Amino acid sequence: MITGILLQTVQTLLSILLAPLLMGWVNQCRAWLQGRSAPPITQPYRTLRKLFNKDAVIAHSASPLFRFAPYMIFACMALAAGLVPTIANDLPFSPAADVIALVGIFALARVFLALAAMDIGTAFGSLGARREMLVSFLAEPALLMVFFTASLISQSTELPIIVQTLAHKDFVIYPSMAFAAVAFWMVSTAENARIPVDNPTTHLELTMIHEAMILEYSARHLALIEWAVALKLFTYSVLGIALFVPWGIAQRGDFAALPLALVAMLAKLLVGGAALSLQEAVSAKVRLFRAPEFLGTAFLLGVLGMLIHFLLEV
Amino acid sequence: MNALSILQSADLASLAWGGILFWLGLGFAGLLLQRSRSLVGLILPLGALGGLFMAGMGLSALLLPSSAIVLPIGLPDLPFHLRLDPLSGFFLILLGSASFGVTLYAWGYFKNLAAAPLALLTLWYHLFLAGMATVLLADDAYAFMVAWEVMALSSYFLVTTDHDIPDIRRAGFLYLLIAHVGAVSLLLCFGVLQGGHGAYTFDYMRHAEITPYWASVAFLLALFGFGAKAGLVPMHVWLPEAHPAAPSPVSALMSGVMLKTAIYGLLRVTFDLLSQQFGWWGTLTLGLGLITALYGVIFAAVQSDMKRLLAWSSIENIGIIVAAFGLTLIFYTDGKGALAALTMTALLYHAFNHAFFKGLLFIGTGSVLHATGERRMGHLGGLIRFMPWTAWLTLIGALAIAGLPPLNGFVSEWLLLQAFLLTPGLHQPYLNMVIPVAAASVALAAALAAYVMVKFFGVVFLGNPRDPSLHEAHEAGWRERLGMLWLAAGCVLLGLFPSWVIAWLAPVVQQLTGQTLINDAPSATSWLMLAPVSAQRASYAPLVFFAVVLVTLLLVFVWVRRVYHGRIRRADPWDCGYPEQDARMQDTAEGFGQPIRQIFESFMRVERERPDPFDRNPRYTSASLDKIWFIVYEPIAKLAGWLSNQAGRLQHGRIQWYLIYSFATLIFLLVFVTR
Repeated sequence: MITGILLQTVQTLLSILLAPLLMGWVNQCRAWLQGRSAPPITQPYRTLRKLFNKDAVIAHSASPLFRFAPYMIFACMALAAGLVPTIANDLPFSPAADVIALVGIFALARVFLALAAMDIGTAFGSLGARREMLVSFLAEPALLMVFFTASLISQSTELPIIVQTLAHKDFVIYPSMAFAAVAFWMVSTAENARIPVDNPTTHLELTMIHEAMILEYSARHLALIEWAVALKLFTYSVLGIALFVPWGIAQRGDFAALPLALVAMLAKLLVGGAALSLQEAVSAKVRLFRAPEFLGTAFLLGVLGMLIHFLLEV
Repeated sequence: MNALSILQSADLASLAWGGILFWLGLGFAGLLLQRSRSLVGLILPLGALGGLFMAGMGLSALLLPSSAIVLPIGLPDLPFHLRLDPLSGFFLILLGSASFGVTLYAWGYFKNLAAAPLALLTLWYHLFLAGMATVLLADDAYAFMVAWEVMALSSYFLVTTDHDIPDIRRAGFLYLLIAHVGAVSLLLCFGVLQGGHGAYTFDYMRHAEITPYWASVAFLLALFGFGAKAGLVPMHVWLPEAHPAAPSPVSALMSGVMLKTAIYGLLRVTFDLLSQQFGWWGTLTLGLGLITALYGVIFAAVQSDMKRLLAWSSIENIGIIVAAFGLTLIFYTDGKGALAALTMTALLYHAFNHAFFKGLLFIGTGSVLHATGERRMGHLGGLIRFMPWTAWLTLIGALAIAGLPPLNGFVSEWLLLQAFLLTPGLHQPYLNMVIPVAAASVALAAALAAYVMVKFFGVVFLGNPRDPSLHEAHEAGWRERLGMLWLAAGCVLLGLFPSWVIAWLAPVVQQLTGQTLINDAPSATSWLMLAPVSAQRASYAPLVFFAVVLVTLLLVFVWVRRVYHGRIRRADPWDCGYPEQDARMQDTAEGFGQPIRQIFESFMRVERERPDPFDRNPRYTSASLDKIWFIVYEPIAKLAGWLSNQAGRLQHGRIQWYLIYSFATLIFLLVFVTR
């Protein structure tokens, strides 16, 4: 139990600390693909340190909710990161929340961000909040469908058990999981505000979704949100790895496997981050009202995955 | 245990009847005490205590065997039968505990009312409460229908409290009309249920033998009758009109509690009075429930009146409850008792939750209405600065109804989604195929509910005040806050201690489905962790969850403050280089709902009025209207109008014609009836 808690804490802290690195890697890859000279991979840490040291500038009309939200969002994302098996599978905290609760945590963070965006009362804040909720109301059920497919296969909604089932069956490709994987990839790009749904590097307010919501944040509040965003990308990445390519993860009590698991996870993250930057380099951001079509497709793919599970795999 | 044995010796049903009489007495006392404002002012807090008493009665009914009494009132040879069993007990707890908070709130809300109107209001208010309680206790069709009518009529008078406004009169009429169409259907339903014995007590009905065909007829009649009360699509049209028209505490009771009496009736008829059930009933209600949920939430997203938005959201929640009901029936008729118990638990849990968060949200809008006199969201905004108590407490309700952990709305949706994941064991393969789609629609409705709540809370309480007069908005008084605090505490506690709530629900679930949850064996962590099937299958520990969020929050806060600093500078918000921004440029309610309107326009009839380009004083209005009204109700209304016009031709105002009518009738009767 003690070692379990220790492992849980270490793994969560590792996720929190490594998250900006993944962000740096994605930015670096994208810069290479776009033929620019890339910033160092540690650039996100420097940005965070700079932001933490600055004085916070807050609008006159901000309510306490506005100052509370960054902490809430960061706490939610840290919690989510703690729930996902990253290098070790059996974690003492995981019975506290299953995959449905995980979706709930993401939703909680998102609602707080949207509310904070509306708090200042600028046109862009509420515009961003509205668009974010529009994207999420389709992304969230699609994500649930992906989880449902996985949990129908493993007869459980507990992440460690899902991962264990998927990692330990003989190498069988589930057709339903193929659909789920595509849906999950689409949802992840939307939920993490990446191209083609949103552009994380845009400077044009009218096309912003995520950036429009955090326009008013500065200094430590912005740092917490940026960090939470990096953590969210990290969590989605390890979630995708755990669901679709879980091989190599250390099972309960198997401490000897931990170093290998860490290396395997880092390698998968490198590949995943490169794939994300490739997608961002070759596609353009779609018009806002094409985003529901994009996510509707993801939703349908998720439902199809479940149906195929019933048709072929039961 | 001592208190329990005392309760056991006294008859529970009589005690509950005493509580009802207390409410009735309070209601009529108001009329007698009209002279003294201070005495009339005492009626509402006493009524709140009555609610607490009723909740206590309900709670003891869960633990004790059911008790019944026969009252010496009613028609000769047709006395009232009352019975308090776990099912009635559960709904009595719901009624009592929710009405306690709402009545406390009403005590403050109506404090500026003069003695005479207050006395009238408290009369209807307590009649309404007593009517609902009697509906829950009634053990024969006669008492049930009388109580049902008392409930409908008293709420009609409450809805039309502001009857000088034509729209409210219209809403009240629509409500009365559909309530009575539903009541006729219920009357017919009881007529079928008695199976030709002519005995209308529920006890006879339980043992009446009716053919499967007539059982289905009875079920469909009950579904129509109770569905009309609950606001099931397409019988929902009265709800978004009538609920917002009433004063806010009454809206809270109507949405939070009265809709649940319809759910109670549906459960009572289907699982208790009918001795056989069929799977297709479940499929039908599952479909209807899901359509209702999606339809309700889509329309909630495009509303611009805050109370109307909440009324549509009630339709959504009723849809989810009815979908859970359908799934329960499917499991139950398929012989999966333990799964039926799970969905039944989710159903009852959600019904209970909805009473708390919808009550809280409605009285929250009441405070806003009181403080600003404004219901249109486009004229509100920024109220979190002027009424922080109302805003933060309403936020709890909004987060709860959006189904976010660790609050109560999440628990019931979690249970329901778990139930959907357990369907692969069903015998009919086609149901296995349909159910993933059903689960997807529940997830979609839940996600849209979050959209609706961000819109509701964000537009009303956040941002800048859209109207200068809002700067004078005042905080709600302590009585209002107490009422809101009670309901908000309910939302939090029901969310944090689900295992306890489920243990209380167990007798009700046992009574209805004959089973309890699969995993009801108590273990060391069962108070902490919710694992309805098994810990391997699914678990959720909200208290741990909440504690970890809280600790992380504090750690991050302390770390940021310690390692860095807490310096803050205030400035104007970023204006994009366009300095002439004002509060009107924030998203209005229409603006926030615009994406939903654009995506789901085919469900609505959108009426827009666009300004002329040369207009000096341009105006833009848009209304998203319910298409069902135009497709179903308007033709019916036209037909009814046409028929009554035709019947009106018989009226000439000339006595000769009327004499001929009488003569013809007499001849007709002599020829045909005497045989």
